[in-house]
Amino acid sequence: MPVYTMKETKPAPSTSKGVVFWLRENLFPDIKNSLLTLTGFYFLYLAIPPLLTWMIFDATWSGTQEEIVNEGARWIFIIEKFDQFIYGFYPESLHWRPNLVLLITVLFLGSFKFVGNIKVKIVAILTYPFICFVLISGGWFGLETVGTEKWGGLMLTLVVAAVGIIASFPIGIVLALGRQSDMPIVKTLCIGFIEFIRGVPLITILFMASVVLPLFFSDGIDFDKLLRALIGITLFQAAYIAEVVRGGLQAIPKGQYEAAKSLGLGYWQGMIFIILPQALKISIPNLVGSFISLFKDTTLVLIIGLFDILAMVTLTNSDTLWLGYEIEGYVFVTFIYWVICFSMSQYSKSIERKFNTEH
Amino acid sequence: MSEQEIMISMKDVNKWYGDFHVLKDINLTIKKGEKVVICGPSGSGKSTTIRCLNHLEKFQQGQIHINGTELIDDVKIVRHIRSQVGMVFQHFNLFPHLSVLENLVLAPTWVHKVPRKEAIKNAMYYLERVKIADQANKYPNQLSGGQQQRVAIARCLCINPEIMLFDEPTSALDPEMVSEVLDVMVELADEGITMICVTHEMGFAKKVADRVIFMDAGQIIEENDPHSFFDNPQSDRLKLFLEQILSH
Repeated sequence: MPVYTMKETKPAPSTSKGVVFWLRENLFPDIKNSLLTLTGFYFLYLAIPPLLTWMIFDATWSGTQEEIVNEGARWIFIIEKFDQFIYGFYPESLHWRPNLVLLITVLFLGSFKFVGNIKVKIVAILTYPFICFVLISGGWFGLETVGTEKWGGLMLTLVVAAVGIIASFPIGIVLALGRQSDMPIVKTLCIGFIEFIRGVPLITILFMASVVLPLFFSDGIDFDKLLRALIGITLFQAAYIAEVVRGGLQAIPKGQYEAAKSLGLGYWQGMIFIILPQALKISIPNLVGSFISLFKDTTLVLIIGLFDILAMVTLTNSDTLWLGYEIEGYVFVTFIYWVICFSMSQYSKSIERKFNTEH
Repeated sequence: MSEQEIMISMKDVNKWYGDFHVLKDINLTIKKGEKVVICGPSGSGKSTTIRCLNHLEKFQQGQIHINGTELIDDVKIVRHIRSQVGMVFQHFNLFPHLSVLENLVLAPTWVHKVPRKEAIKNAMYYLERVKIADQANKYPNQLSGGQQQRVAIARCLCINPEIMLFDEPTSALDPEMVSEVLDVMVELADEGITMICVTHEMGFAKKVADRVIFMDAGQIIEENDPHSFFDNPQSDRLKLFLEQILSH
């Protein structure tokens, strides 16, 4: 009878490593793929050099309009109008306030992953919106009040997106739980709300919020235009969040609900400690996708007369001293949107990694 | 029977899934400290029976009393009963987003309001008992099936249950890991906790059970002490069943 001995582990053969191997394996494995690779490189060759020439090498970065000699991008327009793009009509002497809010936000997001204490987190989440509101709006602690009609530019875009995201999140979760509820009335109301909102374009909701909503209030109350838009956007986003969270809830095995119940946990305890943490974790990519699309949709507030960053660019283009700078303006806006959306998706990946417990 | 305290009583319990009659007039009385093994072919209603005992399944007719409390469809009563009944599942059902220790500490701190420090101390004690204390800070998915099931048993013990229900605790395990889980269960049985175990581990049944129950098609067909159950089965159905599971 044969007797088997344990075999030694050997290193992988060296032919399966190195740059040349990688190139051959990935770019030139056969004729068809090699042709595709070469065609791809050709298109990059056509597109990249002229773009770089226009954007960087031939661009004008300083000086006045009269001194422009180059053919490339005239970034002096952006530099000249930068404050308006970022702050809208916010008083220049008070720009430090939105700046401080930005700083707090960055610290908040950056440190959140590293703080373990749940109580500190909850206090931070609850006080953060209040601090930001007081700083930007003023009227408390001796800060000068700045009316919402003066808010604009990137600052307004970020405010609308942040409020939409933060406020819609808990509402969406409650709607998702309601949709799965055993109570028929709660369930019907939630389904009705979600399906109604999802069946209507955001533009319609913004018009309704700005025109129809005031009809429900008595004449004397002048309901802030921005607040109306925020309510509309929050409700809109909540319906989408609800559906994303529902997807996550359905992915949780029945055994998790049963284990929570069998240990004596009540409905809310089971949801908060067992089901939602897992459901939300699975939902992170879709949630962030939904937040990114909300961020881009915020630009629709321009149709009810709010001046977000895109509206500010359009507005400055009609300045008679600065005519014909549309391209630079829109490229700049595109860049800003891309940087922010890309950062959001990177941030979501880092959270996913942190929550991953299947090492 | 009267001199010993009655822990569980099921009286004429009937249950339907839609039109399908799953449990038919189940009558069962279990005394404090008794160990009962339920076996039977799949679909015979044995899991459903023990899932009724902690209200994971509702029943439509009959009465169940757990430790003197009648089990009715009322949130408070159900939670009161669940806090005395631990359940170990076939697929462990550990919470994958929490570490082993947090899995054990959660219910005591939130349901039984035990201070966290004390809950951790208890948790470590029970982890020690199922011989897995060195894995306390790992996540469930980093453990083997046998280790996970032992954690699940420790998680139940942390709520100090009067009754432990086991729903096929070893049938999802690799053969090599069955015995480490059974060893823990035998130890538990020796300590006098009331135990109902749905299992096909006949060796376990012979070793610890005070009574073995055979179910088929939603009914209790036969119950007896393990010795008579295996050596002298009365019904043809049980004879056939034993022949099939013992023949291989």
